[in-house]
Amino acid sequence: MKRLGVFICHCGANIAGTVDVKSVAEKIGKTEDVAHSADYIYMCSEPGQQIIREAIRGKGLDGVVVACCSPSMHENTFRKAVKSQGMNPYLCEIANIREQCSWVHQKEKEEATRKAEEIIQATLEKVRRNDSLEAIAVAINRRVLVVGGGIAGITASLDLAEGGYEVILLEREPALGGHMAQLSRTFPDLDPAFSGLFLKASEVERHPKIHLHCYSELEDVKGYVGNFELVIRKKATSVDRGRCTGCGICIENCPVEYVSQFERGMGIRKAIDTLYPSSVPNKPVIYREHCRYFIDGSCHRCEEVCPEKAIDFKQEDERISEKVGAVVVATGYELYPKEQLGEYGYGEIPDVIDGLGFERMLSPNGPTKGKIIRPSDGKVPKEMVFIQCVASRDPDRYMPYCSRICCMVTAKHAKIYKEQVPDGQPYIFYMDIRSDCKGYEEFLQKTIEEKRLLYLRGRVSRVFQDDGRVRVLGVDTLTGKMVEVAADMVVLATAIVPSNGVKDLAAKLRATVDRHGFLTEAHIKLYPVESSTKGIYLAGCGQSPKDISDTVSQASATASKIQALLSTDKLLQDPLIAFVDEEICSGCGICVEICPYEAREMDPHRGISMVHSALCQGCGACIASCPNNACELRNGSASQVLRMVDTFVS
Amino acid sequence: MAEFEPRIVAFLCHWCTYTGADLAGTTRQQYPPNIRIIHLMCSGAVDSIYVLKALIDGADGVLIGGCHPGDCHYQTGNFKARRRVAILKGILQQMGFTENRVWLKWISASEGKLFADTVTKMVEELKKMGPNPMKQLWNA
Repeated sequence: MKRLGVFICHCGANIAGTVDVKSVAEKIGKTEDVAHSADYIYMCSEPGQQIIREAIRGKGLDGVVVACCSPSMHENTFRKAVKSQGMNPYLCEIANIREQCSWVHQKEKEEATRKAEEIIQATLEKVRRNDSLEAIAVAINRRVLVVGGGIAGITASLDLAEGGYEVILLEREPALGGHMAQLSRTFPDLDPAFSGLFLKASEVERHPKIHLHCYSELEDVKGYVGNFELVIRKKATSVDRGRCTGCGICIENCPVEYVSQFERGMGIRKAIDTLYPSSVPNKPVIYREHCRYFIDGSCHRCEEVCPEKAIDFKQEDERISEKVGAVVVATGYELYPKEQLGEYGYGEIPDVIDGLGFERMLSPNGPTKGKIIRPSDGKVPKEMVFIQCVASRDPDRYMPYCSRICCMVTAKHAKIYKEQVPDGQPYIFYMDIRSDCKGYEEFLQKTIEEKRLLYLRGRVSRVFQDDGRVRVLGVDTLTGKMVEVAADMVVLATAIVPSNGVKDLAAKLRATVDRHGFLTEAHIKLYPVESSTKGIYLAGCGQSPKDISDTVSQASATASKIQALLSTDKLLQDPLIAFVDEEICSGCGICVEICPYEAREMDPHRGISMVHSALCQGCGACIASCPNNACELRNGSASQVLRMVDTFVS
Repeated sequence: MAEFEPRIVAFLCHWCTYTGADLAGTTRQQYPPNIRIIHLMCSGAVDSIYVLKALIDGADGVLIGGCHPGDCHYQTGNFKARRRVAILKGILQQMGFTENRVWLKWISASEGKLFADTVTKMVEELKKMGPNPMKQLWNA
């Protein structure tokens, strides 16, 4: 028989104001194996913990129940306290009599007192059958995989590499930069986006600790926190990276031209090309779906002109195996697909473009070299309409959430437009203006005053082409009047959605996404950069829409979290996991199929099921599904649960 | 005779409903003291035997609380719970539990009020149903 101690906290009046703690302590003290039962005003305080420590020493306790607040508050505190006296911390359990008793039954003191006593009795049942456990130590691989080479992935990679950790950075496009490479200038400082990005991307390219794989994707992931095994697929670029000097002669000579997605349909691209001018790395790839050599073998132009003999039509996809300890998912965003934006005319009317298209237009390296002109006829637009919340904040038809960046992006667009076309008139349709970060509101107010922007509060109902102009029908909800603007050009601030393929990637990593496809964090406030799968971390717009400032902050936070994780020799994991009674296991294999973590496997020689202790997360799915009760959870066995049920029902 | 006070045994998942029940306390939601909570890591870990044992012993209701579909911390545990409860309900019918005494509810960590409302509603419903018929067997 164990010698148990029960310590009941008053929590000031939080518990003792409702529960008669003295009488509970007295009653519990009469239980046969309870060697010590005490109450105190604040058990978590130093004198409170001292009472526990002294009782363990004095009475030789080998099990402790602290009846207090939720285990999420002070389970660790008390486990440390008992550990200091040589008791195994897993022999200490919390009876939650505050959040789940005194606070929710404040008017029913008698009933709450009875309930508190039962909760303690049930917790005693658990402690009676608890085993002493040791945390599971797992060796840790100190390298990190970063998926996505936008500003989030770049920042996280640099932070980690500067911290001394080796980084494998994957980017599926041929160059770094993500959407930031498409931007002209950033709000609120109006700095050129590209120069800042170029600096960071170049640092990544030459950092000795960063292994950069562009035009590459993650094909397979196995393992668990501290020990992930990866297979990376490097797509064939058809250009020998070692030989290519990035001179660009092949690009000049390539005869194939097609519409560039990077330029949002406004520029052209060659079949052999870099992702964008001065890209990092600045080496071209052959887009095989466009190249005449790959279509019908009719053209070898690039091969002929390359002075370095770097063209390699025979190159094949390469598969690389790597091991890492943690993964950053920085997969970024797309804009809401234009095909689905019926009423805005986007995709049908050439002078209706989206925000990224306008960014390309404003970029000195873009299709118009920074000049604002109508895509249809090249004229300077004198009347411009900007529409905010396109496909955002529209739960009935599009996305219910706010895309967060559009208010500021639009103000920036209108400001730059007025700078370039001083006699032009911008109209901005908006729902609300959200400018809640450092310097944003000031930027906005100053822009509105100086540039005399016309903000119209209301949604647009229709955009259509009429007589060479784009007519925008909407309502100004502040005056209640219908508004019709005959514009030369329309820019849509389109909703941010997660980038293509995130769902598949998340499934490979066993991370989760929400109903819109954004990656979910372990806790929105307390664990915002961790995914719910240990060792998988989040950064950037893949988690939720955010601007560059927030993305960089989050990426750095992610990098710090990972550095903390990797700073130890061994990873200590909670030992509250599944185990198998080998005498009983019949080898049916149900647990193997049901385990979401591949932590269960059949032993081919003995015909029974095993548990990979490092993979098991302790969810208990296998336990509930085992037909003959051969598997159990450490310190959470069926007999413990059933005895707790007994306490509560009998 | 005193009014019948049903006894509910609840199996709550660690990540959502148990934390939601904590939040009910933190925000001082008030609900009847008829419920006794057992903490499990996942609703998918609720073995049928736990529910059966509670009902056979005389619990008037069993509440299983898990994360909303798609939000399970362990990916699919709540779907396992949903399938298990569906099967269990058929068995319970055969055993003579014709009323709906087993409630499976999705209550997230941020839904403290929903937890309190659920318990309040369940107690009301169980009062209408009357005591668990098993108890008569024990007392016969």
